[in-house]
Amino acid sequence: MIDSRHTPVLITYALFAALFLLGSLQYEGLGSLRVFLNLFTDNAFLAVTAIGMTFVILSGGIDLSVGSVIAFTGVLTAVLIQAGWPLVTVFPLVLAIGCIFGGGMGLLIHYYKLQPFIVTLAGMFLMRGLAVVVSERSVPIEHEVYDTFNTAGLSLPGGALISSQALLLLIVLLAALVLAHYRRFGTYVYAIGGSPESARLMAVPLARTTIGIYALSSFLAALAGIMFSFYTSSGYALAAVGIELDAIAAVVIGGTLLTGGSGYVIGTLGGVLLMGLVQTYIAFNGSLNSWWTKIVVGILVLVFVCFQRLNTFGEGVGKQKAGTRTAA
Amino acid sequence: MTYLRAIFSSLQRHRMLWPLLALAMIWAVIVVLNPAFFCFTVKDGRVLGGLVDILNRGAPIALIAIGMSLVIATGGIDLSVGAVMAIAGAVAANIISGGALPVWMIIAAGLGTGLFAGLVNGTLVAGLGVQPIVATLILLVAGRGVAQLINDGQIITFQNESFAFLGVGNILGLPTPVWLVAFLLAGLLTLTRKTALGLFIESVGANASASHYVGIPVKSVKLAVYAISGLCAALAGLVATADIQGADANNVGLWIELDAILAVVIGGASLMGGRYSLALAVISALIIQSLNTAIVLSGIPPKFNLVIKAVVIIAVLLLQSSIAQAQLASLRARLTA
Repeated sequence: MIDSRHTPVLITYALFAALFLLGSLQYEGLGSLRVFLNLFTDNAFLAVTAIGMTFVILSGGIDLSVGSVIAFTGVLTAVLIQAGWPLVTVFPLVLAIGCIFGGGMGLLIHYYKLQPFIVTLAGMFLMRGLAVVVSERSVPIEHEVYDTFNTAGLSLPGGALISSQALLLLIVLLAALVLAHYRRFGTYVYAIGGSPESARLMAVPLARTTIGIYALSSFLAALAGIMFSFYTSSGYALAAVGIELDAIAAVVIGGTLLTGGSGYVIGTLGGVLLMGLVQTYIAFNGSLNSWWTKIVVGILVLVFVCFQRLNTFGEGVGKQKAGTRTAA
Repeated sequence: MTYLRAIFSSLQRHRMLWPLLALAMIWAVIVVLNPAFFCFTVKDGRVLGGLVDILNRGAPIALIAIGMSLVIATGGIDLSVGAVMAIAGAVAANIISGGALPVWMIIAAGLGTGLFAGLVNGTLVAGLGVQPIVATLILLVAGRGVAQLINDGQIITFQNESFAFLGVGNILGLPTPVWLVAFLLAGLLTLTRKTALGLFIESVGANASASHYVGIPVKSVKLAVYAISGLCAALAGLVATADIQGADANNVGLWIELDAILAVVIGGASLMGGRYSLALAVISALIIQSLNTAIVLSGIPPKFNLVIKAVVIIAVLLLQSSIAQAQLASLRARLTA
């Protein structure tokens, strides 16, 4: 018997498999290992961002600042590398900035009881603004490590290649899975998302966990920023606009409840892959315009949100009680 | 001294004080930077001057902030306003380029689109119980795609004197958008203060369950505020489209939802719902526009715009937070002791 909590995740992967099959039958070349692996490469930075977002949403919060953090990290990395800083200093520095920034947001959210939505909205302005202050123009990155990283990868028989981007994503995914399901931190995140009040009564360290969640999200966004700078070999202050919405959409499509407390990191990967496949499918089709991607993603989110509501009405999957439902 | 303090604290309790003070401070800075800024001249029957410029440019934010106030008052949020602007603009532009219809039909079609979008949001929130952030996020993501679809990926430009009047015309010397803000504000103030709707909205925002039990139609109230917000967004979209005489699905109203939310928050509304002021939302829209103008006049490169806005939001949020207020009070007590 399938656990009802797993149904949304299974549906996401089933949809992915169905669309992949449909695409392979319709278009020559879509149904190849290469196209499949490219989904990982092209969406690696989005997936890493969305994994961080999963923890935030599981805790019942939201992080709107991730797109700006990606842009800021990218620009700062590019500028510092152009200024001749060694990579071993640049990368830890930008990752640390991400951590501190996210921790600061978590601090405001926990200690001042401010809504995550508005705090991270301010964070979004701040980081986008700082990115523009660092450099208004796109800064190219020329570094031999970037060239090696972009061509390196794990070769598979049949000419397919697991790129460095995809490998990095898989490492992050593995770490996130361990953190969510085999570490105390993960249990705390689920507990807070289920009910902050019960979590407090069960002696879950709310302050430490909340700050940790937002620090983790910004850290992963900063990592995604580095990955994005590898992907584009440049840093640009207006890059990755709207990525936060894609990340939230991926989390929702991946079956995580937006009210918090229920969902899986692995589902988010499915959401990212499904969104990437829609984009690939539309590119292969050729007659559909690129804005159809937005519309299809919107419809997917709509369907999954409605499905979530019906599911919680029927089974009472997490914490939904009659009172909170009317209030929501 | 104690007398002064009493006056000060009674003023402090008045909600209009801080936003008006902030506006006055920004205007004072503007006057220092450019003493001639607030001079009025009348040319070709139009009143020209810095203040008119701020009012005119701030109009779209003000229109949206008015609708957003009501949504936020019920404890919700409407992220889709920018996308709705784009859709309404696209619908109007395509009707105009399609043939010679009377202007009221064009406007009605644009507003109808916004109303429909608002009803979709409202149905998701009130009918299905979806979280407002998520329900309106769907239209935010998909909406610009829909607008692109209507425009067939082009920027649709048009020549239509009577429709352009919405954006660039003027009545009694003042630009049409300023009048629209004034009429919308007056209309909604009447609707919310002369009927029970305003009370219902605050009640739903304060406690939806309790409101339900005392017999307030919670779902209808929520549906109504999202519908109104959709209408306001469509009106702002028509103004923006008429202003440039073209529908640009990618750029019209981009990020305006953030400015509108900022305006509502500066206006002292609680994002948790239950408290709002339409007049303050308009004043706050003017604060944001004046801030933009002041930054340009001060010679600070416009790239600092966003950083300054972010710092302002965080400061306002902290000032509103009761915990930060308590910390400040104890700090003051320690300093004076």
